[in-house]
Order: sequence, then C-alpha cells, then structure tokens
Amino acid sequence: MGSTILEKILGRASGSATVSPGEIIIVDIDCTILLDVSFHFIQHGLGGREILRVADPKKIAVIFDHGVPAPDASTAAMHIAGREFVKRFGIEHFHDVGYDHGISHVVVADKAYALPGSVLLGGDSHTCSAGAFNCAARAVSSPDILHAMTTGKTWFRVSETVRYDLEGTLRPGVSMKDVFLHIAGTFGHHVNQCLEFGGPGIAALSINARRTLTTMCAELSADFAIFEADQRLLDYVHQRNAAPFTPVQPDPNAHYEDRRTLHLDRIEPLVGLPDAVVNNSAPVTQVAGTPIHQAFVGSCANGTLDDLKIAANAVAGKRIPAGVRFIVTPGSQEIWRQAMAEGYVQKLVEAGAVVTNATCGACFGGHMGVLGPGETCITASTRNFKGRMGHPSARIYMASPATVAASALAGRIALPDAFTNGGAS
Amino acid sequence: MISGRVWKFGDNINTDLMLPGAFLFASEAEQMRVVFSANRPGWVDAVRPGDIIIGGTNFGTGSNRPAIRSFRNLGIAAIIAESISSLFFRDCVNYGMIALECPGIAAAFAEGDTARVSLDDFTVRNARSDVTLAAVPVPDRLLSVMRGGGVFPLLEAEGVLSPPRQATAATDSSPAPVR
Repeated sequence: MGSTILEKILGRASGSATVSPGEIIIVDIDCTILLDVSFHFIQHGLGGREILRVADPKKIAVIFDHGVPAPDASTAAMHIAGREFVKRFGIEHFHDVGYDHGISHVVVADKAYALPGSVLLGGDSHTCSAGAFNCAARAVSSPDILHAMTTGKTWFRVSETVRYDLEGTLRPGVSMKDVFLHIAGTFGHHVNQCLEFGGPGIAALSINARRTLTTMCAELSADFAIFEADQRLLDYVHQRNAAPFTPVQPDPNAHYEDRRTLHLDRIEPLVGLPDAVVNNSAPVTQVAGTPIHQAFVGSCANGTLDDLKIAANAVAGKRIPAGVRFIVTPGSQEIWRQAMAEGYVQKLVEAGAVVTNATCGACFGGHMGVLGPGETCITASTRNFKGRMGHPSARIYMASPATVAASALAGRIALPDAFTNGGAS
Repeated sequence: MISGRVWKFGDNINTDLMLPGAFLFASEAEQMRVVFSANRPGWVDAVRPGDIIIGGTNFGTGSNRPAIRSFRNLGIAAIIAESISSLFFRDCVNYGMIALECPGIAAAFAEGDTARVSLDDFTVRNARSDVTLAAVPVPDRLLSVMRGGGVFPLLEAEGVLSPPRQATAATDSSPAPVR
C-alpha cells in the first residue's frame, strides 16, 4: 500500500518512512509561527510561569497581525511582550508593525517560510493555508505552540486522507472561494480528515488561488489540507527562500478514505448563508437583491494581490452608493505596496472604498469594520459565524471578492459582471 | 466514573459562540459570562458545576481560542460529541477537559438526562434509558495529559518552563481547575 503526501511528510518528520491513520506520532517542527495574540497567552496564560529557553530561534517566526496597529492598550501590551521575547531569544524572523507586517499566513506566503515537504505549526486556525506549498501545516492550541517552540516537537494523531482531483478550468467571474463553498456545501465538515488536492486542474491555478482554498479548509475542521507540488510552486519558493527543501508527491497506489473529482468549469458563484460555513452554501442568484450595509474583501483567504485586482477593476471609474461601506484590507504590507504600484489602491479609493492597512481586522470582528446590531454584510473573508464580525444580530454572507465587489457597487447582493457577461453557459 | 446532568447542543457549535471575538482579551471572569450568549442567552446562569455538554458533529469548529478555559471555569465535567474538531480537541487535552467523540450520542440523550461516563472502557451510559454507547478511546498518552493537568508540568520537568510564581498564579490562568 502506498502513502499520501501527508503520510510521507509526517513519516519523515517522525523518523520513519511513513505513518498510518490512527497512529499518534511525535514530529520535529521545521517552523513555528507566533502571532501578537500568542503573547497574550504568554503574558497571562502561563499561570505565572516563565519561558526559560526556546529549542531553535531560527525555526520561530513572530508576526503581528490581529491587532495592528494596536487598537487598544491591552493589544499594545501584547506587542511590547512580543518585542521583548524577540530580543531575549534572538528571533530573526520578526514582523513588527511597519514595512513587513501582514496576516501571518500571508507573510508566510510572501517570504516562503513554508517549504515543500516541511512541517509548520501556527497558533491561528488558518495555518493550514501553507498547505498550498506542499507543506504539512496546521493550527494547534496555544499550549501546543508553547511546547513546539520550547522543545521543537509536537504530537499528531494521523488521520485518513480525502483526495480531491481538480479538473477543467474556472469560468470568468468564478474563483477558488466559490470552489470552497461548493466543497463545504456538498461534502460538509472534514473532522478528523486530511485533504489532498491534485489533478490536471491545478496547473492553471495561481499560488494565491491555491492558498484561498487551503486557507478555507480550516472551516471544514480538516486536520491538514495540502497541494501536490508542481513547477509553478517550486519556482515561487525558489524566488523567495534560498533554503533547501524536498517536495513530496503521493504514491500512485496511496490509500484514500475517499476520492472525489471537482469539475471546475461547472462551478458557479456561491454564497455562504449567515451563521455557519458547512452545509450552508447557495447560488448567489438565490439571495441576489438582498440589501447590504457593508462589503469586505480581505483576510488570509482573500487579501491577495489577485483579490485586490478583482475588487479594483470591478469598481474602477464608479462610485460605491451612499449607505454602503466597502472595506478592503490587503493581506500584507508587501501586497499593499504592490497594489499601490499597480494602481489598484487608487481605483478602490476613488470609488469610495476604504483601504486599511494589512491586519486580520474586520474578519474576526476585531477592528477596522466591526458590524453593528441588525446590519448585513457580504464578506470575502474566512467565516460567517454568528457574531463573528461584531454584533450577534448582524447577518454575514460569505462570497468571492468578485461577488463582494459587485454587491458593494449595487448596494445589494449581486452576481459578478464577469460571470453575467462571460460565464453564461 | 463521571456522572452529570446533560445539556444538549447541535451540530457545528463554533468557538465564536463559546468565546465571542469582542471578549478575546477580557478577563476569565468576563469570558465565562458570555459563553453561548449569542445562541443560548442565560445558559451560564443555569449551568451547574459537574454538568456535561453533549454536542452534535463538528463540535468546536473555528478558532484557536481559550474557550475551553471558560467551560472549565463553569465547572463542566466533560464534553461529548458526535465528532470534535481536532484543534478544539487539542485544547481539551491541554487544559485538562475530558472530551470524547461518541457516535450516536446526540440521539441517545435528551436535555436534562444524566450521563455516566467511564474512562476505563470509554462508554457513555444514559441513566434514564439505560442505553450505553461506545466512545472513541482516547490514547493513553493523551488521556494522561488530559487528566494530569495539561502540558505545563511536562514542560517544567523538561526545564524549558519555570515553576509558577506565587504572586501571579492566583489571577492568571493555570492548568488546574480554577474553581
């Protein structure tokens, strides 16, 4: 019996050729990501204990993202604790508020900290984002992060893998966010399962598009989500990180719990209906016309340069109507600068959008676009749980950046122009 | 044997419901007041120490948040669900909350029933109907952390974490039950 990508990576990291579902394994961690909120735990969650040493400062990155710049004094205190930690333990990969900050998963992509074939841990649930890099990446709980950075190790319970084979190409106006909503709506949660993506359809997908999908797999409660490695990925990583790595492919006779084909050309624009992600998707046409107060494009899933381009071109030369707030949050300051150079920021701002600095911000209801009682929002971010973006009575529809931008312009939920004009079949 | 009164919850109970984002950095006392405030207002006033939560599929989906601390502070004795998000399950291990996956559990219990949980053979019995279900066994290595107060003692033993200092231990979160 052959092995899946994850079985091979986790095997190597645990000192054996491969591992099997059901096993509890101890693995060596190649990279551990700490966020600003990690320092709230380190400050207040250790019961008066103190960290005495870390296993290897080169394998730790500290990235401030949830509250940047600090919206309140307690976040500012977290940042101070983070800076002291970085200094004390000699952490070189430090992304403080400023030139190189961003949402951790986006910075991990910008810098290619996630190497193909490696193991990466993070304290934020969307750490599986880095699975787009053929990297075994997942979120763990805060005490696990503490364990990983001080000992260099963690435990996993190996799960069965579901294989998704992608075929065909997306229609105009349709993106990987819609593909995710299709998976979540059709197959529901993936608790205690790993997801593996491959097939002929991945070749045409940008790294950003792949990342949108792997990031969203946190919403399926999957253990890991991982892509096969191809030349596009290897080129991307080589351009950003000089460290050596060994990509991993599945065996042809790997065992999968299930194997499913996704026909990309059959997928239409979808929305996640309010209050829950899984088993809750519907065609945009079903809710088209619903009035909105806010539209948001951002987060680790949809704050890429491609997403900003889609949003900017959708609103270029037009004006967001009164009564609608269109908030756009680039995933990192690097993307912000690129969007400025490409003219996207100008198009957005002239149309009346508010472009914020890179932060997790509105996605988690933290700051920069929190919803009030009874408001309706359509969002290209990660989750639409009840209360997620602010008041629990707010209604949150989740969709692609193209659908969100079209809705911002219309003041009500609307199909993307590109789909209406070019995608009819 | 753990025995407790049952509270029923549905599928996909997420961490934003357990710990709303606006309270992420609030005190533990404030956090335990807002558990399920969006979906079940008033629950925190009705729940008693020793009670047991029974959920549906995908329990604990969502963020890495110290939501489990609030359940511990409310005195919840165990969480049993059809399936549990592995991120949430890790928090249960680390914070010493008994958490079991048990297929069939949602249909076998009504709210207010008494559940008897055995960690010797990983069974859950409904004291009213006498139906007994098999839970998914928790491997020894994880169960010992779950029952032994989490990972902090392990890291102290490895010398990477200092023992608690008395002054702050009283106000901060510790792995031992607060109440």
